Amino acid sequence: MKADIAFGQYYEGNSFLHRLDPRWKILFVIFYIVIIFLAKNIFSFALLILSAIFLTLISRIPLRTILRGLRPLVFIIFFTAIINIFWLKGDTVLVDWWIIHIYLEGLINALLIVVRVVILVAGTSILLTYTTTPIALTDGLERLLSPLAKIHLPVHEFSMMMTIALRFIPTLVEETEKIMNAQKARGADFSTGSLVRRAKALIPILIPLFISAFRRAEELATAMECRCYTGGKGRTRMNILHSSWRDVAALLALCALCAGVVLLNIFAPGYALAL
Amino acid sequence: MAEITLENVTYVYGKGAPYEMRALDDVSLTFRAGEITGLIGHTGSGKSTLVQMLNGLLKPDSGRVLLDGKDIWEDPKQIQQIRFQVGLVMQYPEYQLFDETVEADIAFGPKNMGMDPEKIREAVKRAAQFTGLRPELLKKSPFDLSGGQKRRAALAGVMAMEPAVLVLDEPAAGLDPGGRREILGRIREYQQKSGANVIIVSHSMEDMALYCDRVLVMENGRLVMSGTPAQVFSRAEELIAVGLDVPQITRVARALRDAGVDIGLDIYTVKFAAHRLLSGREAHEG
Repeated sequence: MKADIAFGQYYEGNSFLHRLDPRWKILFVIFYIVIIFLAKNIFSFALLILSAIFLTLISRIPLRTILRGLRPLVFIIFFTAIINIFWLKGDTVLVDWWIIHIYLEGLINALLIVVRVVILVAGTSILLTYTTTPIALTDGLERLLSPLAKIHLPVHEFSMMMTIALRFIPTLVEETEKIMNAQKARGADFSTGSLVRRAKALIPILIPLFISAFRRAEELATAMECRCYTGGKGRTRMNILHSSWRDVAALLALCALCAGVVLLNIFAPGYALAL
Repeated sequence: MAEITLENVTYVYGKGAPYEMRALDDVSLTFRAGEITGLIGHTGSGKSTLVQMLNGLLKPDSGRVLLDGKDIWEDPKQIQQIRFQVGLVMQYPEYQLFDETVEADIAFGPKNMGMDPEKIREAVKRAAQFTGLRPELLKKSPFDLSGGQKRRAALAGVMAMEPAVLVLDEPAAGLDPGGRREILGRIREYQQKSGANVIIVSHSMEDMALYCDRVLVMENGRLVMSGTPAQVFSRAEELIAVGLDVPQITRVARALRDAGVDIGLDIYTVKFAAHRLLSGREAHEG
């Protein structure tokens, strides 16, 4: 029950990636995404695959966990692959039957796009969500966005809202379960009947849930006020983020990867991506 | 009659995971009809898990739950029928209130049972009477009630289904002393009038001593003691060893014995203690 709620994707650990500064990590992810989209031919893609394998290894996250994270994408991957295989025209015909024409270029293109999507999702989640706690993530985001406070954007409030929202997800899940059990004990049935009936069956859960969420919000606001919370102004932090040699090393590694991809794009011949 | 029996019931949370926890460990016991059974144990002893076994909210990993000799999981599709026979009032039940009026909320259970409207109205009226909700409150929104009234409305929502077994998880938690007495007294009254099998989970030894015919003690997912309140509370050392307490008056009786006035250790209500003390004095003087 309670223990089944694994919120987010954070995977407890103490690897090189876990110990990177979250502010840098957010920037690294953006950089990594740019690199992924820079890759144009099979050689630069091979380098990308190597980089993703390398990331998996140093993160010390089991491959099974990462693959499970990709499961929701199976349909999108499959769909893009099919479209690319059938729609793209090229010079080398592989299959030519009735209205189906498959070209070698289309096949390779489909393959590269699939690789791109997989690396995009797996790589960014290893680099960020698997190895950063949600709290560190919002903290890093707040610090990165803090220059915007100069133009009176409520950066601190925004990140406080995010932190609170994340904190209360497990609480609300637990509460939902409790309410569901209470209504089931009164004979509520959520799993049979037509769609309309099932939607109506949710009312006895949603109303108490909303009410308790509002009550909790009010209590939390009172508790924060009692502790003299007045917003971000003049507030110091308990956990001060420090950059270390690790962040520099990671930055250098990413620069090297970027250079490698660009050079392979220019100098290695091979099947180029059409998109 | 409605008798619930657990046969070697075991339940494990998070099976196979590193946080695996054995909440119930080979528990066998019977809740007899026509009695109020108290279930005590400290937090995490498996009481709430056990209670959720009784109406099929949880399914045992091994072992069987029998209602009048029939396995409740014989036909998993019929588990809803079991829930109508075994009414469960969860801890802090006021969060289950949702409907526009108290009346409609209490009618939720009976409506799910498929009762006809005339019967529903009667059942709601009866349940409101049992729990002491005044008729004018029935037209109000449940969210306008006071804490104690909300608790009663939630209780009425389960009583209205007229279950043969009524299970209450901490029915008096968080109420003031007056509210506690009121709600437990009404439960006792309901039991006497309906002859139902009532099971109360509680932390309060005083409440258990006053309202229960039989007391079961749980510890680490196991049943460690059972008997009448007198039998159970006379084993104070063992109760204290499992992190529980005995009623204050039982402590007084112990202190009296240690001071040289032995009025027996099977004392668990003030009335009974007074009776013993007085009859002791008479014997002494006479």
